[in-house]
Amino acid sequence: MIQLNIGVRRHIALVLGALSVLVGLLLSPMAAVADETPAPTDEPTSSLVIKGKVKNEGVGVEGIILKVSGNGFSGEASTDAEGNWTLSVPTKGIYDVEIQLDSLPEGVGLRDPETTVRQADLSMVESASVLFPLGVDTRVEQAFGDQLAIRLFAGLNLGLLLAIAAIGISLIFGTTGLNNFAHGEMVTVGALFTWLFYTVLGWPLLVSAAVTILIGAFVGWGQNAAIWRPLRKRRLGLNQMMIVSIGFAIVARYILLLFFDGDTKGIGTDNNIIEIGPIKTTATSLTSMAVAAVALAAVAIFLTRTRLGKATRAVSDNSSLAASTGIDVENIIRIVWIMAGALTALAGILYGLQFQANWLTGFQILLLLFAAVTLGGLGTALGATVGALIIGMVVELSTLVLPADLKYAASLLILIVVLMVRPQGVLGKKQRIG
Amino acid sequence: MDWLSIINLALGELLNPLTAVYVLAALGLAVHFGFTGLLNFGQAAFAAVGAYGMAISILTFKLPLFGAILVGILATVVFALILGIPTLRLRADYLAIVTIAASEVFRYFMTTIGFSDVTGGSTGLSAFNKEFESLNPFPDGIYGFGPFEYREEQLWVRVVGWSLVAVAAVFLWLLMRSPWGRVLKGIREDEDAVRSLGKNVFSYKLQALIIGGVLAGLGGMLFSFSLANVQPQSWGTTFTFMIWTVLLLGGAATIMGPIVGSMIFFVLLMLTQSIIGGLVDIGWLPFLTPPQVGQIRFLLIGLVLMLLVIFRPQGIFGNKKELQFNG
Repeated sequence: MIQLNIGVRRHIALVLGALSVLVGLLLSPMAAVADETPAPTDEPTSSLVIKGKVKNEGVGVEGIILKVSGNGFSGEASTDAEGNWTLSVPTKGIYDVEIQLDSLPEGVGLRDPETTVRQADLSMVESASVLFPLGVDTRVEQAFGDQLAIRLFAGLNLGLLLAIAAIGISLIFGTTGLNNFAHGEMVTVGALFTWLFYTVLGWPLLVSAAVTILIGAFVGWGQNAAIWRPLRKRRLGLNQMMIVSIGFAIVARYILLLFFDGDTKGIGTDNNIIEIGPIKTTATSLTSMAVAAVALAAVAIFLTRTRLGKATRAVSDNSSLAASTGIDVENIIRIVWIMAGALTALAGILYGLQFQANWLTGFQILLLLFAAVTLGGLGTALGATVGALIIGMVVELSTLVLPADLKYAASLLILIVVLMVRPQGVLGKKQRIG
Repeated sequence: MDWLSIINLALGELLNPLTAVYVLAALGLAVHFGFTGLLNFGQAAFAAVGAYGMAISILTFKLPLFGAILVGILATVVFALILGIPTLRLRADYLAIVTIAASEVFRYFMTTIGFSDVTGGSTGLSAFNKEFESLNPFPDGIYGFGPFEYREEQLWVRVVGWSLVAVAAVFLWLLMRSPWGRVLKGIREDEDAVRSLGKNVFSYKLQALIIGGVLAGLGGMLFSFSLANVQPQSWGTTFTFMIWTVLLLGGAATIMGPIVGSMIFFVLLMLTQSIIGGLVDIGWLPFLTPPQVGQIRFLLIGLVLMLLVIFRPQGIFGNKKELQFNG
């Protein structure tokens, strides 16, 4: 047992070290971001403000018109010389912000061409920022084949991202039986702490990512030690634990809101477009995909080739049988939580660098993660990866036929349909559906 | 701090229509979870389907009020069938994930710009409650006393809401004492035993899902009448989780639990809001800003939910033997 314990420590160090080094190596070529200080604005008439900044290649764009509507209010704002705009609104609630495409300069388009409307959620906070990143105009009519290639690429990117977070859920479910609703908040932790270290404090990206992953690992270890292990000792039912995790998710989400505020944070600003055939992407996205792929491969090797990984799978299969062969089940669960925390934080980092993040980011991804895990087959790590790739593809490919604001709905519908046809998931075993 | 107004505000929550909405949805969830053992995490969608079904019938199809309410009820029944038929044969946690996914899908469809001619998009629908207000029998004036002082239209929506609660509570009480109710409890305790007695477990579960769903749908309609609007963001997962907190606070397998649980929940929510807000105003909590007070409330809801499930899963009124979280 002592030997295994030493082995355990070494493995944790190894996994964490490998992850940090990996992220560092792959992310180091990324450019640093200049500090952004919001320009002073006029005194608003109400304390509720929607604001934002429209930038193209790092420079603010003047004269862009944005229409804000919702809750019986509608108004217009235009950007100043620095690209900043603000608009005060009368009541709490959710507002639609639409960017007027005809006010954009010639040859400039949205980096995400489908999203001309974004939402500003002022139901809980006093100010919300809405960002419309600009880039090269991609609105030119594209051949269907090109569009398909672009969507497949975006789907692969999202799928890989979801996969590293979904593996955590899957390993935790496999070893403890818990459907952890608080998993999304670990993604948020990853994204927001990277924003804090990298964008606010100006640390190098490499260091920020490594420290964030350590924090993620600590959060995983900490919640197991403080909440889940004591509850397992009390022999709390699994469904009860699931509801506890919902409560914990709410607590964690609002703690993050208290510390980080509700506005949406742009973390990475990589404007160097790389063209691969019809696909326009950035170095950030390409490195992010590589990091995710390497992390997935590392987990696969860990699970199939190392002694500890085999022990993890043994606990997943049958924990009492595993315990009787001398495996320290609690120790394995602790490692799984630490790994899940680190991996999920990594997913948050990659998500935050490519998209934007706020206190609800993780919660919005959570259902996609559950869909991925359920689709692949609950409790199998390989299944979670396959499920995540399917969900990523469905989300992006659905925009070929559906409006962009229904893309998450499409993936959740696919989940419901698959459960009707094949309840054990794509790779699951039949006995698990009970 | 003005204690009198704080207490008045808190007591006012007791008969607030929103409290009645939560009672109705929680009674529905009691049928699902407390009596049958179904883990439904999509109660918000049942309420939303009822509310949208009613509002769209009035605005788009120009139905009279009672026809529209009937459509709202039928819509929740259909929604329960769509959700229940594929998932009720599966393990409990699959139902949990599918119901929460379905409720988000419904919200996305109500929010999308594509259908905003009918659904109103993210702004939602309003101007559907003229007929509801025209049925108000109370003449203009101020009614009641102290914290319970209402204008005629406020009184009307409260009378409708709490009458609905009373009818629903008596109906459920009778239902759960009947042989039908005993079969439900049997399913909760041991599905296989009930099946071996020759009962069609699937059919009973589906009936329970429909009855609980319709109660939530009625709650959704009441919500819409009292606020005079239907907005997609009212029906997020937060609504579902607050209903769960209300239910577990009062006691899942009881009729009184959801009623008293909802009242206690809202009174406590208002008390914490006013007291923390007051402390911030007089500068005792310098690290908080006024908008953060509202956020702290939600943090407390999460904490209460966790502590309840861990330390008193049977709630205030429940019997510990009766509350079994299967699995």
